[in-house]
Amino acid sequence: MNLKEKYTEQAIWDMIAQIPDPEIPVITIEELGVLRKVEVLKDKVIVTITPTYTGCPAMKMFEDDILKTLHDNGIENAAIKMVYTPAWTTDWMSEAAMQKLKDYGIAPPVKGTQDKGVLFGSAPKEVQCPQCGSKNTELKSQFGSTACKALYQCKDCLEPFDYFKCI
Amino acid sequence: MMTQQDALINYCLRLGDSSLILGQRMAEWCSNGPTLEEDIALTNVSLDLFGQARTMLTYAANLEGKGNTEDDLAYRRSEREYYNTLLSERPNGHFGDTIARNFLHDAFLYHLYTALKNSKDETIAAHAAKSIKEIAYHLRHTGEWVVRLGDGTEESHQKIQQSFDDLWMFTGDLFEMNEVDDILIKAGVAVDLNDIKKNWDSTVNEVLQRATLQRPKDDYMQTGRLQGMHSEYLGHLLTDMQYLQRAYPDATW
Repeated sequence: MNLKEKYTEQAIWDMIAQIPDPEIPVITIEELGVLRKVEVLKDKVIVTITPTYTGCPAMKMFEDDILKTLHDNGIENAAIKMVYTPAWTTDWMSEAAMQKLKDYGIAPPVKGTQDKGVLFGSAPKEVQCPQCGSKNTELKSQFGSTACKALYQCKDCLEPFDYFKCI
Repeated sequence: MMTQQDALINYCLRLGDSSLILGQRMAEWCSNGPTLEEDIALTNVSLDLFGQARTMLTYAANLEGKGNTEDDLAYRRSEREYYNTLLSERPNGHFGDTIARNFLHDAFLYHLYTALKNSKDETIAAHAAKSIKEIAYHLRHTGEWVVRLGDGTEESHQKIQQSFDDLWMFTGDLFEMNEVDDILIKAGVAVDLNDIKKNWDSTVNEVLQRATLQRPKDDYMQTGRLQGMHSEYLGHLLTDMQYLQRAYPDATW
């Protein structure tokens, strides 16, 4: 079977684009910006992805889920290519994805906050509480439940919450 | 005469090994952190460092072309074949010792990777551009703790000052260069560590000053890492880290 005749690259993309993030199941690999490219060769499909963080354990899940989805759709010969450049950035996330994060209870990244001075006082000024919408919130720890999140607490409703770090 | 390929493999091992060994040290904090948030922070850093190590060791294994994987390089080399910084293998000690060690190392990696973003080697440049985003968080975390402990109570001040005094003799090693650097600097792949030292000095001085700590005097500096000479601590660390693959070669999940 010649894969090139059977599938367009868009068709393969659509087949796998909806795979959810295993740790934040409301957003997909497409929305997250992890899925970069699909190539269809005569006898092989190559899917290019990029890691959010170099050590993110979810990357292995992404790989397995992509290969499984392709296999389930009859594409046996598929490979994953991991690229590091351009480096993944939260700026690739769409407004819709940001809204989904918020609805799920994770404060979305505050755009353009990653490049301020490395040392001291560079945490974003206004992280909005995803529960009550208050901007009166406080950074508890730069490191949260997963590599991509920081831990915040709302000073009004007192709920602790995850903030998706801007990188 | 060393080829550029040999030099590049060694350079990748230096970068990969330093992240791997420091990552292993941070993993030792798992469930032992002083607070829950800090426990999570220290192990998050460990995860980032393992990710960074993996990229470089995978690249080194590919360049070698002997059919090794990054796991073979991590689990099957003895301490004399490791090129990690002497600082990265220092024991965790108390929390202040860990913070002081990591701060000195984070500042080094931050400035090194900032410069390596422009490396002519595409893989190293991509690795640097990716890693710098993570290291910026590490440096901010340790930098803030240095200030908090240094400018904290009399006891915390005295303790972390002692940590810096004890660790200082291992900082000279960070900036040592040899033939590997000569070859790669000429090729535009590596950077001159004398330039990195200037930036490192300024970051370290700024933070120590803010923390009301004294910068230790440059005195005797421990050396030998570039020849694979390490302190006794590395052997103990590797014994722990490599146990499973040594006892049950090729075991998989």
